[in-house]
Amino acid sequence: MTVVEEKPAPAPARRPNAAWALLRNSWRQLTSMRTALILLFLLAIAAIPGSVLPQRGVDAQNVDGYYAEHPTLAPILERLGAFEVFASPWFSAIYLLLFTSLIGCIIPRLRDHFRAMRMAPPAVPARLDRLPQHAVLTGTPDADAIAAVLRKRRWRVAVRGDTVSAEKGHLKETGNLLFHLALLAVLFGVAIGSWYGWHGNRLLVAGPDNAFCNTLQQYDESGLGARVDASDLPRFCLELTDFQAKFLATGQPESFRATARVDGGAPRSFSVNSPLRLDGANVYLLGHGYAPVIKYTDRYGRSQTTTAPFLSVDGMLTSEGVAAFPDANVDPKTGARDSKLQVAFEGLYLPTAPDTAPYTRSLFPAERSPALLLFAYRGNLGMDAGIPNSVYKLDQRQVTSGRLARIGDGKLLRVGEKWTLDDGTSVEFLGTKQYATLSVRYDPGEKPVLASAAVGLLGLMLSLTGRRRRVFFRVTTGRSTLVEAGGLPRTDYAGFAEEFAQLVKDVEDRDSEGPVNGRTV
Amino acid sequence: MAALSDQLLVIAIMSYVAAMVGHAAEYAFGQRSHVGRAAAPAVVPEPALVGAGGPPAVEPVLPSSFDPPPPAPDKARYAGWFAVAATVIAALVHLGTLVTRGLAAHRMPWGNMYEFVLSVTFVGITAWLVVLSRKHTIRHLGLFVALAMVLLLGVAGMVLYVDVAPLVPALKSTWFVVHVSAAVLSSGIFLLGFVPAAMFLIRSGYDRGKRSFPYSLGARVPAADALDRLTFRLHAFAFPIWTFGALIAGPIWAEAAWGRYWGWDPKEVWAFISWIVYAGYLHARATPSVKRTTATWIAVVGWLTMLMNLFGVNIFFTGLHSYGGL
Repeated sequence: MTVVEEKPAPAPARRPNAAWALLRNSWRQLTSMRTALILLFLLAIAAIPGSVLPQRGVDAQNVDGYYAEHPTLAPILERLGAFEVFASPWFSAIYLLLFTSLIGCIIPRLRDHFRAMRMAPPAVPARLDRLPQHAVLTGTPDADAIAAVLRKRRWRVAVRGDTVSAEKGHLKETGNLLFHLALLAVLFGVAIGSWYGWHGNRLLVAGPDNAFCNTLQQYDESGLGARVDASDLPRFCLELTDFQAKFLATGQPESFRATARVDGGAPRSFSVNSPLRLDGANVYLLGHGYAPVIKYTDRYGRSQTTTAPFLSVDGMLTSEGVAAFPDANVDPKTGARDSKLQVAFEGLYLPTAPDTAPYTRSLFPAERSPALLLFAYRGNLGMDAGIPNSVYKLDQRQVTSGRLARIGDGKLLRVGEKWTLDDGTSVEFLGTKQYATLSVRYDPGEKPVLASAAVGLLGLMLSLTGRRRRVFFRVTTGRSTLVEAGGLPRTDYAGFAEEFAQLVKDVEDRDSEGPVNGRTV
Repeated sequence: MAALSDQLLVIAIMSYVAAMVGHAAEYAFGQRSHVGRAAAPAVVPEPALVGAGGPPAVEPVLPSSFDPPPPAPDKARYAGWFAVAATVIAALVHLGTLVTRGLAAHRMPWGNMYEFVLSVTFVGITAWLVVLSRKHTIRHLGLFVALAMVLLLGVAGMVLYVDVAPLVPALKSTWFVVHVSAAVLSSGIFLLGFVPAAMFLIRSGYDRGKRSFPYSLGARVPAADALDRLTFRLHAFAFPIWTFGALIAGPIWAEAAWGRYWGWDPKEVWAFISWIVYAGYLHARATPSVKRTTATWIAVVGWLTMLMNLFGVNIFFTGLHSYGGL
């Protein structure tokens, strides 16, 4: 039978030390539900700027755009961490305090719950008729028979003489604690991911000439976890062999499929929602576009060809970009570069160009009638100044200062067409290649986070659906035997009356057939 | 099929309007309805009626001084049941709108904001009918439910409407069904949970003696206790579904589609905010030292964050969840 434990008497109060008292009171404040609720609210409010203001972690270009639009406000916001809300000290402070409060709350509850699980249900109260549920049984079952019925229905039972106490629903608190522990585990998994994870994004043009290998320099944008070194990146090389995009008649994309060769192996295809899973990294398809191939023949008759990825500006893949020839017009005899004779073309690529002008917008995202509108520039491209510059745009400082000048009007070229400039040099539109924007990522925190979240959900459901309740039975033997029952729901539980009535009925039923069993055994 | 869906939407809206009129008629002419009487023992000086929690067999006895003279109360009750019948019809037509839309597009009708709102409101009305079938006494809340339906469907049909189209590649995934259905289901129930929450605040304000609008409505809504319990149950039911849909299934899909399970996209930020606020509500509701009105206000804030997520994020911000078609 269950052993009834006595609670140890509380230790005699000691005179508290002032500093200790302050510490203890602060701790109690921090771990109180009121503080936890306030922290929860602060966390919700603190997250709002993360959706209103552009975030560097989401889209760094938008942050640059915001700087351009609000030159005075942006630096102030920057100092407040408003462009990196979720990595900012104040956001971290809130969730760390919240999790500290959580730990301070669940440790005592874990201890109490552990104790409660091992303790027998409490003794039967003196007045059962004062409980929310009360019944006088018709039969006269003894305490052991009642206990047997309760045990069969998986109640935790304690028999003390002629009384039976039973309890059910500890799973509620178990679930509650499980949920909160799982939250801690999620935080831990996220931390592992940010320490040991890494990512790199790049634009990859199709073809063997454009293959890249997994090193940091090969990425347009990259991020390493705090505990990851550039040399830790796994070695592999990737070549985009094919890219297929299908569109509906309206121009809405229907499907994208990229095919890539890893380390020269067999081509493997991947798509949006179905990444290329490699050992130690995953390759995700984020976007695509066209890279016009442009050949420029300079005044010395030397030709150079460049494949310039253009960025799409609308859903019909009207794309903008720049093809730069910094090494154009280098005198082959002297090898001297004339910085005033560098050449670049600003271009607008239309996969499906309209039949007549204006040639400003593509009519369809697939290449039904491709055309390239080029504007030629000659002069100093400003690439030697060492100032980082976008490869998709001309350096506007050079243009405004006059060091880079536009030559003539724009010219629309169809595939294979050639345009001869005023100085006899020529440019030819050879065609296009597809490119894909890829994200290569590794996050070791994913699986722990997912497992923790699943456990957390289980705990949450147990905690929200579980119901703690107690029932008591007392057999009073005097002149006539009287069996009384009482029920006490410990949590909001509308169906308790029915459950209690059913339980009482079960005990009565068992009692009426009990003697029969007794005789046969 | 797409045109049929559009016509059915108009019929659904009209049926909801009919339901609204029915509820309003009962509300206006149903002199101190059964619910109101049972729920407001302090105002009705008739001891026999006190605590008559539900059975709508008791006839009203005393007209109270500040109400117009009662017309035949039975007729008002018919108006109420007519409204419920209209709601059922509207819900069926509403379902028809969704099904035909899905058939026209050859997919689940959750591809853009118009379809999403249509689905969320359908979940809301279904949950309402389920709750109503178990608890007839809350029938009066139907006016607000019908009003919300008319407004939301009206907005959906007039502002959010887009032509039927297949899904964009990013949405072609098994997780589309899992993630969006869980989000639709929980959003619908959260949205419905707002109705008893708001009514609870009105009712408890009325019980404290406030008589100005909107507390004056409190005379005719169910008892504060019942509203509070209903609010809690709806939220406690929706919360794990929201957790699963927005914070587990969503991230699993996001990992496959975008390479990371959580990236603070505006929609993710607001899903997180809603989750935090509703978690706050559940904690506050479970803490005896927090007043029930305070807890319920948190639920109302949660509802506002859901609206922000549904409309605000799609309209004001651009992010990875920009499938709204706006």
